[in-house]
Amino acid sequence: MRLKGFEIFWESLIREGVEVVFGLPGGAVISIYHAYAKYRDRIKHILVRHEQAAVHAADGYARSTGRPGVALVTSGPGATNTVTGIATSYMDSSPVVVFTGQVPTSLIGMDAFQEADIVGITRPCTKHNYIVKSTEELAKTIKEAFYIARTGRPGPVLVDIPRDVSTGEAEFEYPESVYIRSYNPNIKGHPYQVKKAVDAIVSAKRPVIYAGGGINWANAYDELKMLVEIIQVPVALTLMGLGAFPGDHELFLGMLGMHGTYAANMAVTECDLLIAIGVRFDDRVTGKVDDFARDAIKIHIDIDPASISKNVIVDIPIVGDAKVVLSQLLDELRERKNVNWYEKHKEWLERVKEWKKKYPLKYENSDEVIKPQYVMEVVSELTQGNAYICTDVGQHQMWAAQFIKHKYPRHFITSGGLGTMGFGFPAAIGVQAAHPDDLVIDIAGDGSIQMNIQELATVKQYNLPVKVVIINNGYLGMVRQWQELFFDRVYSETDISVQPDFVRLAEAYGVKGLRATKPAELEKVLTEAFEHKGPVVVDVHVDREENVLPMVPAGGSIRNMILAPPRTKEEDDRIKEAKPLDFPS
Amino acid sequence: MKEEREKHIIALLVENKPGVLARIAGLFSAKNYNILSLTVGETTDPEVSRMTIVTEGHPLIIEQIVKQLRKLIDVIKVMDLTEVGEKYVERELVLVKVNAKGESRAEAMRIAQIFRGNIVDVSPDTLTIEFTGNEEKIEAAINLLKECGIRELARTGKVAMLRGTKSLKIS
Repeated sequence: MRLKGFEIFWESLIREGVEVVFGLPGGAVISIYHAYAKYRDRIKHILVRHEQAAVHAADGYARSTGRPGVALVTSGPGATNTVTGIATSYMDSSPVVVFTGQVPTSLIGMDAFQEADIVGITRPCTKHNYIVKSTEELAKTIKEAFYIARTGRPGPVLVDIPRDVSTGEAEFEYPESVYIRSYNPNIKGHPYQVKKAVDAIVSAKRPVIYAGGGINWANAYDELKMLVEIIQVPVALTLMGLGAFPGDHELFLGMLGMHGTYAANMAVTECDLLIAIGVRFDDRVTGKVDDFARDAIKIHIDIDPASISKNVIVDIPIVGDAKVVLSQLLDELRERKNVNWYEKHKEWLERVKEWKKKYPLKYENSDEVIKPQYVMEVVSELTQGNAYICTDVGQHQMWAAQFIKHKYPRHFITSGGLGTMGFGFPAAIGVQAAHPDDLVIDIAGDGSIQMNIQELATVKQYNLPVKVVIINNGYLGMVRQWQELFFDRVYSETDISVQPDFVRLAEAYGVKGLRATKPAELEKVLTEAFEHKGPVVVDVHVDREENVLPMVPAGGSIRNMILAPPRTKEEDDRIKEAKPLDFPS
Repeated sequence: MKEEREKHIIALLVENKPGVLARIAGLFSAKNYNILSLTVGETTDPEVSRMTIVTEGHPLIIEQIVKQLRKLIDVIKVMDLTEVGEKYVERELVLVKVNAKGESRAEAMRIAQIFRGNIVDVSPDTLTIEFTGNEEKIEAAINLLKECGIRELARTGKVAMLRGTKSLKIS
């Protein structure tokens, strides 16, 4: 069948099972958009208000479903606006396929209107990228792009389509399979390495599991839980892993790392066997690398060989898909019948339990002012782990990680690696598009929300019932916290208390706006928001100078945590007298 | 980690497509790896190019370089020739244009002869000599020619290949 490039584009997407495309039209993709009219019954398009949001939305879709998210934008500025989104998904291994328009091939390199070398620009932040040189190559390229994005260690793939390629004509036959001779991800762990790992597990006295986003991407939560329950070992999760193991399980230690729990960080420090699964030993997790699980034998299961021994040298690397390798481990463990796991780890588990009891995550609640941690507890209580929680980046993100009980996989959507402020709201749009009937909440900061606030128009247009909960302290709070703790309390350029009235701003977009300023009203306001049928913005005024604790200073050993706020009484008084948020009238 | 640096020769087979060189060069700059030299050329299969990269770094960094190169979609095969433990041949070609007036003319010709260089261009004032060899030989020839005065120098960078039957090929 002979088709035009713009038809091949949509036909290919339909064959990939794409349900929704997030995008914003422009000159270089105008014919693709023109052709969309013919396909609108079979594929949904959500018109965002800024291209960065299209990619974050596609990313949110991907993280919450495991299937590639798709964004479509025009050339030049449309394409360059996607870069932050692409880099975000690259750092967190999220499968996103971004289609960019390009000037006609005859004009490439001529500094044509809205021309940008987006393939060059995104080379270091995509798993792979393409420029399609002829209409004949379009279908095959799309097939490869989706295949590369979702297999192996997932990641973003960009496909740049010059205008003459989308208006040209070619024979269309969507390829059934893909073969790329240079790309063959290793799925199954090496049997010898698996045996070695099980030997190490059998002889360990103080084992701990350190698991992350790889568990989610591999859908390996059941296998992880089974492993944990068989061998009776405590589990620490990374920020990206939260939800991959039930947050209310007694063997769960919480998040580890810079803002991790005392129990998680101490267990990793004191263990004699570290079982790392789907993680990459990020600096926010390890702190000072030389001190990280210093005396432990380290097993590292990861699909990406380049992740192994990159930051921390490991003893037993196993390259493979987490789900498959965990199943291999479980099979091998079944052969070792004579181990009384509970007896073997009893002493260790007691010690870990002691740490959990002695230093739980805590904060001092107040009747006067809303504590941000309290907001998270109320959200957690009201949603019982059933809501999708998206976040932006900063203090609110860490409180959401710490104080919400993450029970289910793929329900906590956050920018971990790149730390992209402005991620949460558009990501929530993507999550809501994928799960129209589920409660989707974006926990935002007052700084972060303003980085993609234009998307209020998008949630209004499609009546996407996203609930935005702004943890409003009038500061770029995490930076302020660092300034307080490490930079002589000079709050250089972090006060953002000159800000819009978020309630009226929401209303200006036709979106419901609510506000909570007193602890007593919080639960009522949040309940009203969560029960509302459409989108809502809730402006929650919180204690301005609350800190995220515990905290490991950057580059420090994770055994040395700051557990309590290092404040003097004078400091406390000053904070109490600090001016309330000051709105322009 | 800074002190223990090793020089490694890495041979690659890559897809002969536009942008592949940029991907590889970009990887080295993005990750702060060193490239001492890089050469590319087509193989017997016109769709495949062979690349030889000489790099220097801590053994752990070298290991990362190899892994990161393998991760690139257009890279088909990577072999760290220094690591495989087999002997290999390495060669480089250099063109040197030297002052060749009066006494230096005879001197330059002698040096060319000793190092089995070819004189590929002659002018009243200069000689252009081509040398092929391993690094030591090339360096030695260049050092001696400095006496005559080197006007211009062009080096290809290294190519290398394992000795014996073992070879780098697409399996």
